[in-house]
Amino acid sequence: MDIKLAGIHHSYGEREVLRDINLDIASGQIVCIVGPSGCGKSTLLRLLGGLERPTLGDILQVGDVPEGCLNPLTYVFQDFALLPWRTVAGNISLVLEDHGIGQAKSQAIIKDVLARCKLSDFADVFPKQISGGMKQRVAIARALAVNPAVMLMDEPLSALDSQTRELLMDDIVSLWSRKPFTAVYVTHNLAEAVRLGHRIVVLSRRPGEIREIVTIDKPLSERRHADPDLEQQQNNLWQMMRDEAEAADAELINA
Amino acid sequence: MPENSISEKSKSGHSIRASGSCLASKQQPVPFRGGGFVPVSRPWMGFVVFFVLIVFLEAGTRIGFISALTIPKPSDVLNTFVELYSSGLLWTHLVPSLMRFVIGAAIGTLLGVSLGIAIGLFAYVRAGLVPLIAALFPVPKIALLPLFVIWFGIDEASKYALIAFGTFTPMVVATYGAVDNVDRGLIRMGQSFNLSWFSIVRKIVLPGAMAGILSGLRIALAIAIILLVAAEMLGAEYGIGAYILQAGSLYDLERLFTGVAILSILGVLVNSAIGLVEKHVLRWRG
Repeated sequence: MDIKLAGIHHSYGEREVLRDINLDIASGQIVCIVGPSGCGKSTLLRLLGGLERPTLGDILQVGDVPEGCLNPLTYVFQDFALLPWRTVAGNISLVLEDHGIGQAKSQAIIKDVLARCKLSDFADVFPKQISGGMKQRVAIARALAVNPAVMLMDEPLSALDSQTRELLMDDIVSLWSRKPFTAVYVTHNLAEAVRLGHRIVVLSRRPGEIREIVTIDKPLSERRHADPDLEQQQNNLWQMMRDEAEAADAELINA
Repeated sequence: MPENSISEKSKSGHSIRASGSCLASKQQPVPFRGGGFVPVSRPWMGFVVFFVLIVFLEAGTRIGFISALTIPKPSDVLNTFVELYSSGLLWTHLVPSLMRFVIGAAIGTLLGVSLGIAIGLFAYVRAGLVPLIAALFPVPKIALLPLFVIWFGIDEASKYALIAFGTFTPMVVATYGAVDNVDRGLIRMGQSFNLSWFSIVRKIVLPGAMAGILSGLRIALAIAIILLVAAEMLGAEYGIGAYILQAGSLYDLERLFTGVAILSILGVLVNSAIGLVEKHVLRWRG
């Protein structure tokens, strides 16, 4: 299943946040969206998953939802959004309970995603007992449990320290390599974008418009930390964004 | 380079001298300024306060610096209680009181929690009912007892209604406040996974609001005990309230205080019961 954005405009009252966004998200690819702060990249993600309605334009699902997919558009949130009163397994079970799949099958799914995210030993602990990195692994496992057609990842690593971030990037790459998934990955961190993105969409400052779409051909599994090619790409992206970011930084918040 | 190192040396030499002289003249540990402002469990302290108070009253009434007319001897109150227990009258009074308390409070809290959730979730219900609740909250419910007697009869129903009404308003206010404080991010998460509306309320809103609801329950149940006694004073043959009223009109201080002590014990028991429920339901907070 692909996603097509056609002529998206979005405003909050007088304040225009997104302008004329046209974008195709092809299945099996990770599309990173980067841009200066306040450029509307998180808003774009909320529009994509139907948590908000665009002021103008259409967001289309192209093609059929794949077989066995319980929730086609599934988010991974920056703040993890785990229920603190449920255990790790309980948090994953939460998103399976409304689908009327049997107890045995949902147990099997939970077991499988926990294993894929290296969480098998943590099934019965509460979120407050585990580190931020583990919490985000739980959120990713929860997203995988519903077998999404597209994962919508909203700065998933931004609340983590840089070492944990490296570890999780490796995990995301190995998850993708074993079973490619489609994802839209919003981040302000260019290093994440060049590590994980097949395509990188650069937005301008508010109102966000697409300035450029960069394609990185190097396979995900061959991208390493401090890879010179990637550093070069990252540098180019930064040159592209620098002035915009500076101008965005100097803007008044509610002007 | 040499110039640089010289100036470096002279600078550092200077600073060493300065700190050296400081060390020589005075040494003292950095004063501790943290600590406090954290609730720490000291379970025995409550008993100590009760014990000291009772010993003080017992000693005072025995020695005579507290006159027997102002307060009865705690030991006499205890004897009266034992008498009440062995005559079987304790249960005659306590059972109807507990029934009224449980039924009235159950009706009031259930209705209050339901309406509080509705106010928390629906803008129209909130806009329509919050002013009404604000108008009802300060009404002294005891003043409405005659009205309840006309509506529900002189029997048990009017007492249930009074207690229910008294617990209802604080529960509504506590519940919608608690629902307002549920993390909206978690609700968005539920929506993003296509959870049904009912699932979101049951699995996200209610558990998220539980801490606030339980602290509202503490207040509501204390109010329920006050209203229980008030209702029984106005028209009941048996019940702790009736017992206290009788004792009061005969100026029988020992029995009066026995009744009051029973109410206090009831209050402490209810409070610790809620504490246990909190410990169980909110164990995820650790």
